[in-house]
Amino acid sequence: MQIRLPLPAFVSILHRISGAILFLLLPFLLWLLGGSLESAASFNVFKGWMNHWVIKIVLLGLLWAYLHHFCAGIRHLALDLHMGLELQTARATSYAVFGASLLLTAVIGGLLW
Amino acid sequence: MVRREVSGAHYGLRDWLAQRVTAVVMVVYSVLFVVMLLKLPRFDFPSWKAMWSAPTMRYATLLFLLCLFVHAWIGMRNIVMDYVKPTWLRLTLYSLMILALFAYGAWAVQILWGR
Repeated sequence: MQIRLPLPAFVSILHRISGAILFLLLPFLLWLLGGSLESAASFNVFKGWMNHWVIKIVLLGLLWAYLHHFCAGIRHLALDLHMGLELQTARATSYAVFGASLLLTAVIGGLLW
Repeated sequence: MVRREVSGAHYGLRDWLAQRVTAVVMVVYSVLFVVMLLKLPRFDFPSWKAMWSAPTMRYATLLFLLCLFVHAWIGMRNIVMDYVKPTWLRLTLYSLMILALFAYGAWAVQILWGR
């Protein structure tokens, strides 16, 4: 038997996965913040790392996880207010969540570098 | 006879609401944070440090982080509840998550107000 995951369900499971990733990377983010504020020297070390492509990919992935969780969360809040409950609309807003989070990742990522 | 699972009942609605209130606070903070980043004159240590030294920034970030910790606790607890069945493991994970979040809170205060 094969069950196809509908798009809204895909958004939903990614909401979960992105949330768990963000939780697990919290210490990394606090460490980055702490280090960047410690001294001009440590700030420059971190800033230098940000230009490395591996770190860039990790940070972009993290940014995407945040933004997907953000957009899917706003969709969730709307659903709680009984907005967009119809199947057609729910499907359309699922596409919107994917589109908006990818677009925002590109825009914010682009502005940061 | 009604079979009842032992659980800390009655927290459902409160947590449901807390998850949404904390989410709204974080949305507002996130938007303001991006605006502040864009308004930075240059991305160098003095402007970065100045941005984080403003009292409003410190308290707003603390509020954001407290919301984040509550939000993360509810979310992670729900994930554990769904996928981890053995009680001993579930309680161990809950305990580790609570300890970690308190530690992150202390660490965040140290970062925001330290030095």
